[in-house]
Amino acid sequence: MNAVAKPRPANDVVIDVEGLTKRFGDKTVVDGFALQVRRGQIYGFLGPNGSGKTTTIRMVCGLLTPDAGRGSCLGHDILTESAKIKREVGYMTQKFSLYEDLSIEENLDFIARMYDVRDRKRRVRETIARLGLESRRSQLAGTLSGGWKQRVALAACLLHDPQLLLLDEPTAGVDPGARRDFWDQIHRLAGEGMTVLVSTHYMDEAERCHALAYIAYGKLLTHGTIPEVVAEAGLATYEIESPDADSLFALTAEIEKSPGVEMAVPFGNRLHVSGTDAAKLKATMAEVARRPGLAVREVDSSLEDVFIHMMRMNQPKA
Amino acid sequence: MFTWHRFLAVLIKEFVQMRRDRLTFAMMIGVPIMQLVLFGYAINSDPKRLPTAVVSAEASPFARSFVRALENTDYYRVVAQPRTVAEADALVARGQAQFVINIPEDFSRRIQRGERPVLLVEADASDPAATGPAVSALATLNLRALDNDLTGTLAAQKAGPAPFEVRVHRRYNPEGITQYNIVPGLMGVVLTMTMIMMTSIAMTRERERGTMENLLATPVTPFEVMLGKIVPYILVGYVQVAVILLAAKFLFQIPMVGSLLLLTGVVVLFIAANLAIGFTFSTVAKSQMQAMQMTMFFFLPSILLSGFMFPFRGMPVWAQWLGEVFPLTHFLRIVRGILLKGSGVAEILPSVWPLALILALVSVAAMRRYNRTLD
Ligand SMILES: Nc1ncnc2c1ncn2[C@@H]1O[C@H](COP(=O)(O)OP(=O)(O)OP(=O)(O)O)[C@@H](O)[C@H]1O
Ligand SMILES: [Mg+2]
Repeated sequence: MNAVAKPRPANDVVIDVEGLTKRFGDKTVVDGFALQVRRGQIYGFLGPNGSGKTTTIRMVCGLLTPDAGRGSCLGHDILTESAKIKREVGYMTQKFSLYEDLSIEENLDFIARMYDVRDRKRRVRETIARLGLESRRSQLAGTLSGGWKQRVALAACLLHDPQLLLLDEPTAGVDPGARRDFWDQIHRLAGEGMTVLVSTHYMDEAERCHALAYIAYGKLLTHGTIPEVVAEAGLATYEIESPDADSLFALTAEIEKSPGVEMAVPFGNRLHVSGTDAAKLKATMAEVARRPGLAVREVDSSLEDVFIHMMRMNQPKA
Repeated sequence: MFTWHRFLAVLIKEFVQMRRDRLTFAMMIGVPIMQLVLFGYAINSDPKRLPTAVVSAEASPFARSFVRALENTDYYRVVAQPRTVAEADALVARGQAQFVINIPEDFSRRIQRGERPVLLVEADASDPAATGPAVSALATLNLRALDNDLTGTLAAQKAGPAPFEVRVHRRYNPEGITQYNIVPGLMGVVLTMTMIMMTSIAMTRERERGTMENLLATPVTPFEVMLGKIVPYILVGYVQVAVILLAAKFLFQIPMVGSLLLLTGVVVLFIAANLAIGFTFSTVAKSQMQAMQMTMFFFLPSILLSGFMFPFRGMPVWAQWLGEVFPLTHFLRIVRGILLKGSGVAEILPSVWPLALILALVSVAAMRRYNRTLD
């Protein structure tokens, strides 16, 4: 993370961790992770499967003890004050972790009691009403569809008015309409001063965040706002359009070995070709453009291009 | 750091989950009944038609009448008539006969003389519950057995004491534990098994179902979790106590000499101790399967060394010391003391404090083992 611009030091930093390291056995799953999230920010947390997102979030809220590193969350030390942190954090786990053999209402009531929510009964009732689940309040949580489970879980972690939301892939398996509702709600809460750290695999969701962190193989590769992240990657991208998809497929394999090309990814009948050596890439593209039937143009690198590129470049050597 | 609202949250949740869990319900009622049936009836019932060897040194009408009367009690079935005692003993050793009846040489002559000869009955009492009723049946047998044969001048003997004496020689288990010992003991055995099993899956179930992560993310403390998970099962324990006491009274006619109130009062310590042990197991076990195995691992020595299976005083000293570790050992003394001997507070106190001590030590261990993180 040498070239990454350090976020401005702010006095209202909600999450401030550095050097976080977690090992399982002899495998280092999170390696020297540092992150600062300011109050009211929606911070996206991205990275391929198994990159260490869940592990990092668990360390932030005191569910896992880091092997190294230190930091604070809401002003409390993550190593010694996890009890205080837990009271003010709403954590939505990646895997559904409410009680499947309890009804929706019983689950919410359980959580509300746990946090001693004031006016508990009314809060639970209101939450159920907001979800539009009045008629299904006594349905067992285990019998809900996947998307509804997510929505109930989110509602549950908001019950005690936390200051910080840690959401681990909250919209996995949720339909587009509900996802939009969800993000509208997140933005409204952030507007009211809630801080949100949310992990996701969706690019459109990443684009709705104020800032992003990208982690791969346990290492923080980049962070910042979207333009910062894209600019910092220094990636030039060309789009090759071909009328017939078959030839494009053959082209992909060939072009990946050409000078200056670090990545070629097909998107339908277009091919995204990226590389960090702009001059070399430009020369290669000029050559490709001379072939019949292919339209080549330079485009802005998208977040997705940047992330896929980063992931490939940082693959650990076997 | 204890708060009522979090304790209540866990408690209510556990109650609801218990209500939804058919298995728990089945175990709550089913285990005591199953064990009572197994130990109380299948094993301890009034076994009849037990294989008997008769060694008869004479073939007199008296001897024949006696054997017939014996068979008429329905407890004995003559399977062999060996000629020597040694042959008969071999039958017993092989388990082919449970009783050997020795009719002495001059049996009829001595009856006729009114000498009240001794008839020796050897009983294999290794399973005393099995031989007990048959032996009791003998006690009255000698009064009536020969009534038809005592005619003429001998008729006078009918009114007097039995014309001959039956002497029972118990082999293998002279102490002769009875059902009275077993049924109250079963209360302890049933509670040990079900209570430990139920809480032993308490935390592992949370872990396996993935709800542990959410539970740990809340500010709940280990003590709140433990208490919230233990209290509902104390009620389950009491249901079992009630089932067993009712069965003891109406099915097995166990005399209940002491105060049931006292028993109901102290049994809570025993239930809680077992629940705490189960909870400790569940903080150690990686899976529900492991928790079950640990329960069994604890359960077996419990019933073997507590004095339930074998008389405690009959065990070697080291085994007695080991036995003191198990709550069941102390509870057996309490429950047998109260029910059978009518013990009061003073008499059971020496067995009550060890239970309290075990409960305290195990709770501390559980708290130390309880992991507040997912590591
Ligand atoms: N308790 C554990 N024991 C051993 N290894 C673990 C444990 N938890 C996680 N890991 C490993 O740590 C690595 C990171 O896992 P983590 O769940 O943090 O990834 P992630 O970024 O959340 O992935 P995903 O996007 O699939 O949710 C994985 O290789 C995983 O196998
Ligand atoms: Mg994850």
